[in-house]
Amino acid sequence: MTEKTYKRADGRDPDETRKIEARVGVIKNADGSAFFSFGGSQAIAAVYGPRQLHPQHLQNPEKCLLRCNYDMLSFSVTERKRPGPSRRSAEISYVTTKALEPVLQLEGLPNTVVDVYIMILQADASTRCAGINAAAMALANAGIPMNGLVSAVSIGKIGDTIVADLTKEEEDFTVTKGGEEIKAVTDIPMAFTSRGNKITLLQLDGKIKPEELKEAIALGKKVCKKIAEIQAEAIKKVDKDKD
Amino acid sequence: MDTSSLTKKRIEELLQEGKRFDGRKPLEFRKIEIETGISKNAEGSARVRIGDTEVLVGVKMDVGEPFTDSPDSGALIVNAELLPLASRKFESGPPQIQAIELARLVDRGIRESEFVDLKKLGIKSGEKVWAVFVDIYPINDDGNLIDAAALAAVAALKTAVLPVLKDDKVQYGEFTTKGLPLKEMPITITCYKIGDSFVLDPTSQEEDSAKVRVTVTMTFDKETYIHALQKSGEGALSEEEILEIIKIAETEGKKLLKRFDEFLKKTAPK
Amino acid sequence: MTEKTSKKEESQKEEQGNSEKERIIVAPGEVVAEGKDFLPGDGTKREGNEIIALRFGLLEKNDKLVKVIPLSGAYIPRVGNTVIGEVIDVTFNGWIVDIGSPQLAFLPITECFKYVNKRDLTETLDFHDIIVTKIKSVKSRGVDLTMKGRGLKDLQGGMLIRVNPTRVPRVIGRAGSMVNIIKEVTGCSIIVGQNGVIWLKGPSVDHELLAKEAIDMVVEKPFTEGLTEKVRVFLEKRKKELKQNVEKKEEKKDKGEEK
Repeated sequence: MTEKTYKRADGRDPDETRKIEARVGVIKNADGSAFFSFGGSQAIAAVYGPRQLHPQHLQNPEKCLLRCNYDMLSFSVTERKRPGPSRRSAEISYVTTKALEPVLQLEGLPNTVVDVYIMILQADASTRCAGINAAAMALANAGIPMNGLVSAVSIGKIGDTIVADLTKEEEDFTVTKGGEEIKAVTDIPMAFTSRGNKITLLQLDGKIKPEELKEAIALGKKVCKKIAEIQAEAIKKVDKDKD
Repeated sequence: MDTSSLTKKRIEELLQEGKRFDGRKPLEFRKIEIETGISKNAEGSARVRIGDTEVLVGVKMDVGEPFTDSPDSGALIVNAELLPLASRKFESGPPQIQAIELARLVDRGIRESEFVDLKKLGIKSGEKVWAVFVDIYPINDDGNLIDAAALAAVAALKTAVLPVLKDDKVQYGEFTTKGLPLKEMPITITCYKIGDSFVLDPTSQEEDSAKVRVTVTMTFDKETYIHALQKSGEGALSEEEILEIIKIAETEGKKLLKRFDEFLKKTAPK
Repeated sequence: MTEKTSKKEESQKEEQGNSEKERIIVAPGEVVAEGKDFLPGDGTKREGNEIIALRFGLLEKNDKLVKVIPLSGAYIPRVGNTVIGEVIDVTFNGWIVDIGSPQLAFLPITECFKYVNKRDLTETLDFHDIIVTKIKSVKSRGVDLTMKGRGLKDLQGGMLIRVNPTRVPRVIGRAGSMVNIIKEVTGCSIIVGQNGVIWLKGPSVDHELLAKEAIDMVVEKPFTEGLTEKVRVFLEKRKKELKQNVEKKEEKKDKGEEK
């Protein structure tokens, strides 16, 4: 039995994200930093660089490299995550780097690196998207030259409905078919550049028809445009000089 | 650029006149901010800011097996990660000695003071007990991580609640309203020696200028007890200096406890 | 009296000059100009018919040139910049200096400010020495420094403070107006490096701390109008307070009371 129209537990419309909070300059030691949250999913990002890249064999003699590291606080999830690298965080670090690279203008600084550290403070699905959004703001806050921002959101297909910004509950949505609990969600995290609407992150797992994917991407594009506006506003918010 | 030897010298000279760059007295703490319940999936959590230093601590609990010689006692595991995002000085990779020492200092303070009454954390004698995980994460390091981490750990434990147990299995994400079995709160004060002066709550630059430090964890119920003490860094201290440091830790520790108590009274009980 | 008023007028003119330009803050990717009339300057790029901002900063539109003045970011070395750095390594033909930039900087023996004993370079400049130096060239493999020139030397005593390099123009002020006021009232020698490293040395620790307070003030209020005058007023007030404190202390000493 599949639901024709999935009604979201928190009452949101299909194209509505959870409450977004975005601000920059949250870590004083970093060259740039930012906080971004989709409701209960919170991420902070710190940027250090451009700086010398060690070890030497990773250096690129023609330009500055981008190196992103994604991780989660052990207590950000309901079942404690053991501190240390995991395959999941390694993969997310990789796709995050690839999602941000296309907008960076890093020629002319050979053998250097821009390090981005993303930390999930509290997880409620869509953490890699929250991380990418925080990282993009942190890069801008650090004065790294970019030809635009990158905004990410998770789009999901729950039953027959395409929705934006999945919660953990929605990610785990199952349907009973013949006495069995079957996963009925397709999770599609994606990221768009603010200029040119190019897709720099696209992952998918589940079961979806091509036409439905087209619809999902269109929704993602629309939502990411709004997110980009929020990010830009946060980046430009300079504390009025305190007296 | 790290703190230059030029600036280190200046800091030492200033302290000889009882002065610091930010106008504080040598034993004065910066502004302290404490927030608890900052991460909803944790059984307990706290954020402590001392000046620009910021540390997050979370408490997670799970069911584990007891040690054979203490079939009814729970376990305490304290871990610290010096995240590269908090400071240029921290590198990615497995925990270095600073992270390990930080975790062990906070662990000893909690364990030796019996702040968490491990004996009351049994579930099924000899088979199942509560394991309490305390994870420490600096978010911005501007000196004195130890005191900030210890304070956050105590705040997180004080406001933590047990998760729901069903058939002796933890129901992740479901919480009871029952707190941990706790005794008297331990307070940690680390005293740094810069040149010939004793300093509390150093900034990052002041920490760079210090050669040796002593961390003292005490409780102040009816009597003052020292539960943990650690000298760290380079150099030697005289007997008089150690005694003076303990006196400083007691006086300033009592003040810190008072501030903490006031904070706890202000915040609504969970 | 007349000298003071004319100084006030000078600083007011300086502030007016700044307020004439619009204070628009931009984020990366924003369109800052359209059409072929404008030229893309620093921090901008032409994409077809539009000129976009390449970084977060202050937009400056002058005549036909559009540029973005950075409000954040690491120090990017420019030829001719005077910077303050720390010697972090000594090689057979020179010194490697940390100037806080992404690439390393090198000072060859041939560009040193005084005679060098080739058998022991550390006699001239040792590890951890702090030097005022100038950027001679910026190449792909690194930055080359020189210490041949007026005011380039190694520094003794005093203290170093670090500010974001983007704030340096404010700390210096137009034609040095800001830093000169701080020097004047506090009696400190001040050298401001373009890389955001500032060296202070004063007649006493209190004078140095006062100069530091003034610099912190400038750095924290980059958008305030009439800042030079405000800083002067603040400094003079604090100097008076310090004098009074010193006098009180001397009185107590005379009366035989303990500090």
